Order: sequence, then C-alpha cells, then structure tokens
Amino acid sequence: MLLIHCPYCGESRSELEFRWAGEAHIARPENIAEISDEAFAEYFFIRDNTKGIAWERWRHIHGCGRFFNTIRDTVSDKFLLSYKAGLARQPVPGASEPVEGDAA
Amino acid sequence: MAELATRAVPLAGAHGGTASVRLKPASSAHRISLRAGEDAVSTLSTTLGLSLPTQPKTSASSGSRTALWLGPDEWLVIDEGEGGLVEAARSSGAVHSATDVSHRNTAILIEGPGSSDALNGGCPLDLSLKAFPVGSCARTLFGKIEVVLLRTGEQSFRLECWRSFSEYAFGLLREAALDAE
Repeated sequence: MLLIHCPYCGESRSELEFRWAGEAHIARPENIAEISDEAFAEYFFIRDNTKGIAWERWRHIHGCGRFFNTIRDTVSDKFLLSYKAGLARQPVPGASEPVEGDAA
Repeated sequence: MAELATRAVPLAGAHGGTASVRLKPASSAHRISLRAGEDAVSTLSTTLGLSLPTQPKTSASSGSRTALWLGPDEWLVIDEGEGGLVEAARSSGAVHSATDVSHRNTAILIEGPGSSDALNGGCPLDLSLKAFPVGSCARTLFGKIEVVLLRTGEQSFRLECWRSFSEYAFGLLREAALDAE
C-alpha cells in the first residue's frame, strides 16, 4: 500500500484516505474577464500531464480534509515531497537545480 | 398517527464479538461538528468547558465531553451527558460554525486484547500504542465507509460512523473480530 505524507496531519497515511486533485500551482488570472479565449482555455483546460517529476495537488479527503501540494514522480509513483497549500513551488529534494526551471 | 416521534437507536440490541474482541453499540450522545479559526479556539474552549486540541490526532476530555481533532480548523465534540453544545459554542461570541450531528452519527465500542486487530481488518491506520496512543483520534476509513476512531484505552476504541452505515460497520467488525487473536 502506498503511503502519502500529509503535511497537516504530520504523518504518512494510506493512499486510500487521499484523492488526487490535479496539477498544482495553477494561478487564476487576476484579470479573468479581460483575457482572450485562448488565454482562458490555456488557464482553464490545458495541463502539462508530465511524465516524470510533477507538482500535484492532493486532498486528504478521508482524514483532515485539507488540500496540499506534492512532488510526485509519475513514472515510479514515488512521492518526493509534500508541503502545505499556499507555499510556493518547492524544489525537488536532492536535485541541484529546479527541474524545468519553472518558478511559478 | 403517533403524536410524538420516538428516538430509535440505530444499533439497538446489536451484539457480537469474541472472547478477545467485545463489540457493543454506544448509548446515544450529543455531538457537534465544530469549525473555527485559530483565533476562536481559546474562547470556544472556555465556553465548551474543555481545551480544544490543536495537535493532529489528539483529543481532549473534560467531564462528559470529548473534543476530537479532525483537521486544522475542525473538531468533533461529543457529549455523553446533558448536551447544550451548540448553545455553549454560541455563547462564546467567537466566529465559528457548530452543526448538531447527534443523530447523524452513532458509535460502536470495541474492547479487548484483539480490538486493534479487528479494526485493522478494515482500517489502514497504524493502531500500535506507539503510533496511536490512548486519547488519539483520527478520521479515517473502515472498509468502505468513513469513520472517526478514538482510542479510549490501551485495549478499547470508540468508532463513530454515520447511522445509516452502522450496520455495515458492525457487521464488518463482527467478521474481523473472528480473525483477531
């Protein structure tokens, strides 16, 4: 059974208690009424679907109920880091420089 | 037509278990689902008459009341006495949400040396005394249903579940108890 660390409960719990909640760090544009349809579609529909290191939102839905962010390798299914919602995109543990150089 | 609605206990008369795992339905209790921010915790604690726990997986008891930490701003408060939880929360004056869930939940009491094994028949939590000491609580899963589990003693637990799921919970516990040493 896969164990996922919840940063609010402070411990690793069974994957059964969690739900995947999509890609992390997607910021809603401030001027949502003014952007073009293409820009809106980019924000609303388009996801990276990364093969490899991915920043994702997860929810501890059958535990504390909180959303949080993780770094997960989608190839090996290994969770590299969990951190609280609201924190900036965290660097990959052990990596010398951020993967893909994304600072959003 | 009946003039007065009578309260039916969902698991009334249910019995089961083995020599090492004893199962019985808990008597009815008052409960609230309490949501409040950090700044309201101390005043709510005062008016509820217990100190709301702020550490994960912990609970606090005082008199007939027990408060269980469910999330960073969420508690389940159980009163096996007179009740008055909503009124007590309201009198704090602090910003909060208190929903009476007395009739939504029911509880099963599990006792005996095999109780943690029986629970682990459907619950993925580590229930060793080191990871889940007396007084620990957690919202988790038991088989297909969501439950709140409270360790009331080294060999005793209280399992809170929704009343319509209680027969499932009791049945699964009864089965799991047969496998527990």
